[in-house]
Amino acid sequence: MSKVTLNLERSTGGSPPPSEGDLYSKRQQIYPKLAHGKFRTFKWLVMAATLGVYYLIPWLRWERGEGIPDQAVLADFASEKFYFFSIEIWPQEAYYLAGLLILASLLLFLLTSLMGRFWCGYTCPQTVWTDLYIWVERAFEGDRAARIRLDKAPMSFNKAWRKLGKHTVWLIIAFWTGGAFILYWHDAPTVARGWFTGEAPLSAYWFAGILTVTTYFLAGTMREQVCTYMCPWPRIQGALTDEHALNVTYRYDRGEPRGPHRKNESWDGRGDCIDCNQCVQVCPMGIDIRDGSQLECIHCALCIDACDEIMKRVDRPTGLIAYDTDTAVAARAVGQEPPKYRLIRPRTVLYATLMAAIGSLMLFGLMTRATLEVNVLKDRSPQFVRLAEGDIRNGYTLKLVNKASTSREIDLTISGIEGVAAEIVGIDGETDGVITLPVAAHGVDRYRLLITAPAGDSQRRISLSLSDTETGETITTQAPFRSPR
Amino acid sequence: MPLRGSPSKMKGLSMTNENDIKDVDAHSGVETTGHSWDGIKELNNPLPRWWLYIFYGCIAWAVVYMVLMPALPALPFTNGSHTPGLRQHSDRAIVNTTMAEVAETRRTEANALLSASLEEIETDRDLQQFAFAMGDSLFGDNCATCHGSGGQGSKGYPNLVDDVWLWDGTLEGIEYTLRHGIRQEGDDQTRFSVMPRFGADGLLEVSDIRDLTQYVVHLSGREADAEAISRAAPIYAAQCAFCHGAEGLGDRTQGAPNLTDAEWLYGSETSEIYDTIYNARNSHMPAWSGRLSEAEIKALSVYVHSFGGGE
Repeated sequence: MSKVTLNLERSTGGSPPPSEGDLYSKRQQIYPKLAHGKFRTFKWLVMAATLGVYYLIPWLRWERGEGIPDQAVLADFASEKFYFFSIEIWPQEAYYLAGLLILASLLLFLLTSLMGRFWCGYTCPQTVWTDLYIWVERAFEGDRAARIRLDKAPMSFNKAWRKLGKHTVWLIIAFWTGGAFILYWHDAPTVARGWFTGEAPLSAYWFAGILTVTTYFLAGTMREQVCTYMCPWPRIQGALTDEHALNVTYRYDRGEPRGPHRKNESWDGRGDCIDCNQCVQVCPMGIDIRDGSQLECIHCALCIDACDEIMKRVDRPTGLIAYDTDTAVAARAVGQEPPKYRLIRPRTVLYATLMAAIGSLMLFGLMTRATLEVNVLKDRSPQFVRLAEGDIRNGYTLKLVNKASTSREIDLTISGIEGVAAEIVGIDGETDGVITLPVAAHGVDRYRLLITAPAGDSQRRISLSLSDTETGETITTQAPFRSPR
Repeated sequence: MPLRGSPSKMKGLSMTNENDIKDVDAHSGVETTGHSWDGIKELNNPLPRWWLYIFYGCIAWAVVYMVLMPALPALPFTNGSHTPGLRQHSDRAIVNTTMAEVAETRRTEANALLSASLEEIETDRDLQQFAFAMGDSLFGDNCATCHGSGGQGSKGYPNLVDDVWLWDGTLEGIEYTLRHGIRQEGDDQTRFSVMPRFGADGLLEVSDIRDLTQYVVHLSGREADAEAISRAAPIYAAQCAFCHGAEGLGDRTQGAPNLTDAEWLYGSETSEIYDTIYNARNSHMPAWSGRLSEAEIKALSVYVHSFGGGE
């Protein structure tokens, strides 16, 4: 770390100020080396899957009917609907979104208690995009040693075109990322075409721009600093993991004392670690896993691949660095048999149970949710009006929400007060106390409802019964009926 | 007196020489400003660099802003106004454009209102919703001041929600009232009638008015002085019955209120009724024809009709 001294301009005299120490430490560029092995392969697969999902999902079509978007996953802000395949969420059902977020965090908790920072190491967008960017960097500038050389070398044509090419590809990926993001909020083919012809909404340009810039900087130039300094998760996860969780661990009981090893030398009295530094060189966070668990470690397991490769070469068993639990390492250190990995622990059971409960609750809600919803909004000004004959009338706005994809007719019946009479403005009167109201498909219909009743107690209630003329689906609701005291 | 500012700059000033007493804080080694407040001195540290850059940035921004946006007032060449700026920005112009755009988007529906009858507007779902939305904002802007936000009225301003109408509570009647107003000068189709000022103009004796008041109280089905009623009966027949009817049921063609119901626009107290007969009440409502567009008047008619009092 380079020392940074404050350049305080001073006049003559006075004693020198006490040392302020470092105000900040300059970032040291990390040049992760390419690892080979099963975890590297797994990470490539996860990257392909997650990026594929992100870039391609908006292009999936899903037939829904006339006048409704046919995009499988779409947050349609213009018409205030969220579409997810066969599910259609209205704004008043945002609790499904809350449920989804709770499920996601519980899944994160569960994964953390089972295998530490699985999320950070494999699936976090910051990790995935950084990995992708490093791949591009490697393609242009070579692996670790070549990159270090290139950065130290003076500017030349060779250096210039490699740097330029890298940044260009980075920007293209960043733009793709931002561009794919806006597809989730608008009909994808329309907005993609409109984006280039200048017909897309202003917000689409804004968000594409923002995501382009953040992707470029977060994955290109900031990288591990995002995880170490900006992300709250490394701090939170300390409370979620425990000594039974699988963590990427350097088995110091086996590795120490470390030191260089020459061929044909005996392995007696020494550890398996030959201090080759490969685990440090492949680390995208620039840390040494042999220092033990640390905040910076995202558990990407690339050091496992690197170490295993070396162990094979020096003819020692692999797994000097491996997924292991703190209890197992501690037990081996004192020469005991490591305990078996405990999948079932109070916290894993708790998280799994909570997930199952919330998941089934949401599923139940989704499957049984009513396609008809009614809101009765009472006039507040005036609360009531006295008619010439002495009767009392209250005015209401009746809102009928039809989530079905067909229009329907709803029979309205009012009860609860002796001698009550109802009228809907613009609809021809009631027959046998029933008013039939048409409700459009996928829409909200508002009706002006007038209810007249004989004078009586100042605070009474009326019951509204609304039933579908075809399916018989019935909703009953109550509303206040006010009279003068 | 020591100057405030960067100490290094001070060194270059000619007035600074070896004899100047520099007050240097012993602990930090930083020169102070030389000012002392109850023994407390301020260190003359340089400004943080980032702060300085933001300050310079603000100055640059101000210059750019002055060039682009309206900025300098009262210059000789601004003609009493201000420099327009390169962007020719004007909030007023933006409002006008926005309003024109809104009017344009509403044109289709407004035209539909024009070609439909009031009954059609009220019974057609789409037209009704548009008329309600339009009526709601128009009522709030133009009518609520007198008739109340929900049309509930107040003393002297008719309640539009109940089923008692001075003139006409049908869709067409409401539209007519809106168009021509009540006692609107200069509109020869306005709804017009005059109640004489029986007391103020000396048409009746005060004692007769007192008796008439009792008679009117009696008409509305309340307890009243029987002797006064018998004295007032011929006066009522001669002076009032022509408009209010022999039984006091009123006459809508003349806007003469029904005296037998519980609805009292100017109050039901004896003193208030006396005041009405003595001074008369001839209130006004403006004619909205010409002030509102045709479509707006139709929307408002349907909206007011939907309050519940409509016939």
